[in-house]
Amino acid sequence: MNYPSFIQTQVLIIGGGATGTALARDLALRGVDCILVEKDDINAGASGRNHGLLHSGARYVAGDRQVAVECRIEGAILKRVAAQTIQDTGGYFVAVQGDDERYIADFPSLCARAGIAARAVDIAAARALEPALSERTIAVFEVPDASIDPFRLSLETMAHARSLGARLMRRTRVLGFEREGRRIRAVRLQSLSGGEGLRIEAAQIVNAAGAWARELALLAGAPIEMTYSKGTLLVTHTRLAERALTRLRPPADADILMPGGTVSIVGTTSTPVSTLDDIQPTTAEADLIVAEAARMLPALATMRYIRAFAGVRPLVGAAGVADGRAISRGYALLDHEDQGLDNFATITGGKLSTCRLMAERAADLVCLRLGVTRPCLTATMPLPVAPECEWTEPGRSPRAWMRSHARDDTLLCECELVPGRAVDAIYDALRAAGDTPTLTDIGLRSRVGKGACQGAFCAPRTVAHLYNRGDFQARRGLDEIVDFFDERWRGQRAVLWGEQLAQAELMEALHCGTFGEELRGEELRDARTDDAPRAAPNADPADEASR
Amino acid sequence: MTGARQESCDLAVIGAGMAGMAAALFAAERGLSCIQIGNSGGLLFASGLLDLLGVHPVAEGRLWQSPYEALAALARDEPDHPLARVDAASIRNALETFVAALGNAGLAYAPLTDRNRKVLTSIGTVKTTFGVPRSMVAGSYALEARPPCLLVDFRGLREFSAAQIAATLGDRWPGLRHQQIAFPGYEAVPELYAAHLARALESAETRGRTIALVKPLLGDARVVGFPAVLGLARAGAVHAAFEAALRIPVFEIPTMPTSVPGLRLQGALESAVSARGVHRRQQARVRALSFEADGGTATLELDGIPGGERVLARAVVLATGRFSGRGLTADRGRVRESILGLPVAQPNSREAWHQRDFLDPAGHAINRAGLSIDDAWRPLGANGKPVWPGLYAVGSILAHQDWMRAKCGSGLSIATAWAAVDQVTRQLRGNGAG
Repeated sequence: MNYPSFIQTQVLIIGGGATGTALARDLALRGVDCILVEKDDINAGASGRNHGLLHSGARYVAGDRQVAVECRIEGAILKRVAAQTIQDTGGYFVAVQGDDERYIADFPSLCARAGIAARAVDIAAARALEPALSERTIAVFEVPDASIDPFRLSLETMAHARSLGARLMRRTRVLGFEREGRRIRAVRLQSLSGGEGLRIEAAQIVNAAGAWARELALLAGAPIEMTYSKGTLLVTHTRLAERALTRLRPPADADILMPGGTVSIVGTTSTPVSTLDDIQPTTAEADLIVAEAARMLPALATMRYIRAFAGVRPLVGAAGVADGRAISRGYALLDHEDQGLDNFATITGGKLSTCRLMAERAADLVCLRLGVTRPCLTATMPLPVAPECEWTEPGRSPRAWMRSHARDDTLLCECELVPGRAVDAIYDALRAAGDTPTLTDIGLRSRVGKGACQGAFCAPRTVAHLYNRGDFQARRGLDEIVDFFDERWRGQRAVLWGEQLAQAELMEALHCGTFGEELRGEELRDARTDDAPRAAPNADPADEASR
Repeated sequence: MTGARQESCDLAVIGAGMAGMAAALFAAERGLSCIQIGNSGGLLFASGLLDLLGVHPVAEGRLWQSPYEALAALARDEPDHPLARVDAASIRNALETFVAALGNAGLAYAPLTDRNRKVLTSIGTVKTTFGVPRSMVAGSYALEARPPCLLVDFRGLREFSAAQIAATLGDRWPGLRHQQIAFPGYEAVPELYAAHLARALESAETRGRTIALVKPLLGDARVVGFPAVLGLARAGAVHAAFEAALRIPVFEIPTMPTSVPGLRLQGALESAVSARGVHRRQQARVRALSFEADGGTATLELDGIPGGERVLARAVVLATGRFSGRGLTADRGRVRESILGLPVAQPNSREAWHQRDFLDPAGHAINRAGLSIDDAWRPLGANGKPVWPGLYAVGSILAHQDWMRAKCGSGLSIATAWAAVDQVTRQLRGNGAG
């Protein structure tokens, strides 16, 4: 491959999740020039595939007090500096009959030792406020858990970093590292949309690739020990509770129900996996979550679910540990110096709640190596609101729409009330950054495709809107609708029963029955001349030609 | 309060989608007294296009120009497919009778031939279908000849972009142009609904203003396409008025559901069955269905009617559809038939219901789940024998077919309704009826 493009920067960050974007902002605030490369899109990995729980730390008080304390401190910081991404819902820890009495008894003092405010709540009062709780509830404690929108956090963080000069290259994959003694001289990359190779020379390189950090470290010649734990979550059709609800027991499957705007998110599972290929929620995982979570919230047994999703937790530690939950949820910052590299670092593991701290530590290391002495500002500097990043929040669109909308604006999604101007803002912001926005990109940055119809109606409408604006040409819309449904489908098939199965049937009736999307090119080619291999036995070329 | 009202009939049809309507229509035409239960809302999802069989085998995505040759191949390859159980002559009769009834009810279709037709869809794909409304058929010819063509859309009709269709097909149809206009009288309305526009175009004034806007845009166009909004109940007259004023063929392209062609179909079928004396219970739902042993009568207990109602029927046709029609219901483990809990042929576990890719060429196994029947269209019980001599099943609830992928939905509904009503007629005559 040729590498015609050549770029220089101080720091190259690999990975556009919560940590990578936070690192880009941290460095940019310290005046350090950086480029973030991401093989897919912002939060494409575990950063976008979690509960959206801003931990108070209470979940880790028994297992890992250090993580608990980090969560407490970081949670308080994020509530101050990134308030627009957080709903301070509060949280309940809830035990039901059969749960370990000793764990329940120890919980308040363990919280106290970690500095976490946990207050016992009268069960009747708790059930009055959260009627979905089981009548078999035996203990409830209130803790300062909160809900965080991970997409808005990362998108807005990156938008701020870019306004300070950081560069973002999406859909750009690392192919290899050019090593020279104890340094990586350059990183070779390929743009997945353009196909052309490019080289980036950076003084420092940070591997913030989350679950993919192992692959990258190996590519850089500095292998790390990491295991993968797959976690699956389900999204309910309606919101079941106001607060973050966590089962009061040692962390196990399907312990947490989080509010996410108009829906609730319930999970997770924890299954060791050996590869990152083809991570999809399975029907067995969905069944397990429903059965287990229904013990705390019986309505979940009969609830309609609209979607499932699965992510992979990167866990740094000894391979061969059977249960992913036994490995620390703490983060790992590796300087790779004992592996003979002076300008490469890996920051991985950890939690969404501690992403700012992880970025700070990684930035400290990079700045030390670069001789930059400016301090970290992210613990105090508020994250500016970026208008094009507001549309990820569930429930925001309806509020914005009801409050006011331009007279000529139009709703593209009727499940989530996404207006045309939201799509315009997202599209134009990506264009302005030199990007080629896709329908899937718009989906990640808005609620398009996230409602009950899962895109059956809003995806074609959004595409029609983009054609009318002149943004889409040729057959692109068709290809993008197909890509979009491929992506949405991965999350649907595990929860297709009851009402949602009927919904999926309507979607297929429209998109296959009427539009014939599964035939795509074939159907179009056949419109005038049957191509030989697909010609029906009765095809009569002479008849076609005579018309 | 007295007991529930009671009515008797030859045939009770449960369901008012395409299959239920076809069954009620055919039964009435054969002189059977018929009560039809259920609302026709499912028809609103129809495109107005009547598919017969476009693709076979599904996994190969092979398209056919002759649906009857496709049906012959289907009969060889998939003898369990419901359409393989109906002979070609009956299928022809069924479709001709159905389309004639629609025509009499004011919804004209282009003459049925032995060939499938191709039409444009609103996202720019080309669909293979069979029966095409008169208002859409010029598009089918245009698609073959590709003359200079203008596509018009209306600002605010969100799911229909003429620009999109023209762009998607542009490289293969160089003379395809597009224009967007504001709909007269709705210039300041940001969101237009197809049904509103269709009603508005039934007024000569709005029609005239629309035509006046389109005329100067025609240029060299020899045919002009619109979203399917050219009239609702009087669509034929509206379409004719457009053609007369624009002096070139005019065609419609179906929009996404709820579409105007779906509304027209619903209206035409409702009036067709009512005109033939079918008693319709649109708001009713069958709460319980029981049978006298060894023939006799079926008793249907209806909900949704003030005071309830009991229907006694000598035969029952189940045309309740699949999941979205509520004929089948699924929990996390199993698919069930909703009214009687009839055995449903289905994959072993939910993991096998759906492929990992939405557009997997093979289609999803769950879509072939459904009722198994005997040669007389009677659903089978757990013992492999008909549940009751007078209980029949038609349409998409039947097993061993994937109508969405095979493009055979209307054909499946209409042909199986015809064949089952044929059996009902024989049964009732054999029992000394008529």
